Amino acid sequence: MKFNVRMAGVGGQGVVTASHILSTAVINAGGESTIVPFYGSEKRMAPVESYVRISDDPIYEIGEIMFPHIITVFHPQVITHGKSYTNPFHYGIKENGIILVNSRDPIPLPPDEQKELDRIGVKTYTFPATLLAIETAGTDLSTNMAIVGAISAITQLTNLDALEKAVKERFLGKGFVVSGGTAALDSVVERKFKHKQELLAKNMATVKAGWDYAMAKGWVMGKLTSPASAAA
Amino acid sequence: MSEQEPEQKTNPQGDVISTAAPVKVEAGKDPHAEAKKQRVVTPEYFFFEAPRERVFITGSEAGKEAVRRANVDFSIAYPITPQSETMQLIGVLYGEGYVKEYYRGEEENGVMSTMAGASRAGVRCFTATAGPGTLRGIEPIASWPGHRLPLVAIFTCRVVNAPLAIQPDNIEITYLLNCGMILFHAENQQDVFDFILKGFLIGEANDVTLPVGIAYDGFFVTHARGYVWMPPKDIKIPPRQAYHGAVPVLDAENPPARLSRDAPVQKSNFMAYNIHNVWQQEVWGATERAKKYINYYMGGLLEAQDTDAEVLLVASGSAAAQSREAVRLLAEQGIRAGIVKIRSLRPFPTRELQQACAKAKLIVIPEYNYVGWLAKEVKSALYGELNPTPLIIGGPRVFGGMSMPVELIVETVLGGLKKVSPTQVPVGAGAKGNGGKKADEMSADDKSKLAHFYQNI
Repeated sequence: MKFNVRMAGVGGQGVVTASHILSTAVINAGGESTIVPFYGSEKRMAPVESYVRISDDPIYEIGEIMFPHIITVFHPQVITHGKSYTNPFHYGIKENGIILVNSRDPIPLPPDEQKELDRIGVKTYTFPATLLAIETAGTDLSTNMAIVGAISAITQLTNLDALEKAVKERFLGKGFVVSGGTAALDSVVERKFKHKQELLAKNMATVKAGWDYAMAKGWVMGKLTSPASAAA
Repeated sequence: MSEQEPEQKTNPQGDVISTAAPVKVEAGKDPHAEAKKQRVVTPEYFFFEAPRERVFITGSEAGKEAVRRANVDFSIAYPITPQSETMQLIGVLYGEGYVKEYYRGEEENGVMSTMAGASRAGVRCFTATAGPGTLRGIEPIASWPGHRLPLVAIFTCRVVNAPLAIQPDNIEITYLLNCGMILFHAENQQDVFDFILKGFLIGEANDVTLPVGIAYDGFFVTHARGYVWMPPKDIKIPPRQAYHGAVPVLDAENPPARLSRDAPVQKSNFMAYNIHNVWQQEVWGATERAKKYINYYMGGLLEAQDTDAEVLLVASGSAAAQSREAVRLLAEQGIRAGIVKIRSLRPFPTRELQQACAKAKLIVIPEYNYVGWLAKEVKSALYGELNPTPLIIGGPRVFGGMSMPVELIVETVLGGLKKVSPTQVPVGAGAKGNGGKKADEMSADDKSKLAHFYQNI
């Protein structure tokens, strides 16, 4: 199985962090993954995209993903304000692809766009990731964790153990290079959680909440093969 | 009143945040200690026997690790995106004592001239540039091969034509192809590591004595991480044996003999023409002689997979990586396709390519530039050599920094199997070029070709 995932969001939401964690988690589970982050000047609410390839086979190709299997929308403004590197945001999605939108309520698309998505069998799932993050971790800053959990469940190329390891590596690991803006945000997140252990536990609980939500909704696209993920 | 230590700010990883972190050198400790422990091993041990460890690093880091093990004497830097990081990392190696001399030039023409001087003086030298830097430096670069100057130069390709961009696009290779230097095109981080080290040995071989250029696509290779298998850092390849070289070393004992013998003759006369002829014959003869070393160290000028397939993708650099995924997608549709990856652009693997393409019915050449320099090379190599003649499509092409969607290669193959080439101008495109016929007199087939053409230009 191989999935090309296009993650679209706005600055400050942790789109690039989410792609790093998903990518590491797939590698931790024995798969292969590459990521290509894409953003302009680093500022809050500016469009950010990150392209993640995950697979259980070697990955050779490089560059941005123009034809994704899965698009995740981290923020409604990706759709409503066109904060995306393609216009419309779903440009290039493959037949029978999935669009995962972080929103409480469905965001209607223009009828002709919706008609085209229906024609090629694309499913749009409304996923209240921010609400889930507030409920589980007590902060919207963990929105990205909920989305990582949901995509992991949908693709089934990693499992909760591998995800936990990836979250730990991201927030405790030495030598993980982050940009200046991300380092500043990291310290905000840290203050919010006081202790790193609490940060890890809350983030992981949000990942699991996202995973469980997607499983309960029956959104799985990948094959349920790994015993660890089946047990989860 | 107690004096408190000021709070040390750290990032979440525990590293101290400061604007200029001081270099940590313990008092009395030699910063070059590790470099001094490096030992020279034979190329055979280094490349074929030494244990290798797998690491996940960027192309720039792969370049650094290659230079660390390459016994480099001299390196000169001038910043230009996307190469700056590579040469910055070579500066780190200089600090650690792995490179004997290192400094920043004033601009690329000066850098490439300095490289010429250093190579002539007999030391092993290394530099890197990109895009506009390559073109600014191309005057001395074009003279390197004639002066028989072994060295390794990296070209991390980016846009040079207007509108200018810092994004990947390998059009600059078209200018490097005909200098007379040896030129390799690296696909990934592993190639970067291997080609640099092997490049020194190939270029310095006595019967070659030529500069080696190693091109790879900026950002896609330089700034992305990939797996690299590399031997430990306590071994290095043997130093340059300049005094065993084909051309005398320029030093206080040896005046520039070659130049005084064959001084640049400014007047047109038959002596000058003869000298030019001899020098160029020597250069291109030497690139041919390099083939045996390329075969020995690199396992061939090209890498061919499944050449029994009727569809062949011929590519180099990043386009080869995209082609591997295209083969997988085509297989999902029940179409068998093979790949020929050209490693060495100079010398060009003409005979090897003819053999690899012998059974092909459709050849597709994806490229990351507008002009299609590889398509021209491939078509020249195959013209009149294959029977029956395959359909050769020079494309798809992306440029200006765009990634090549693998789906574009798949679409081109599917079109090619229906004998439609996206870049083929159909007969009847435009009323005047249609022998006076109007568009509505065109055949349905021509019309569909024309529609396909306009859709794809």
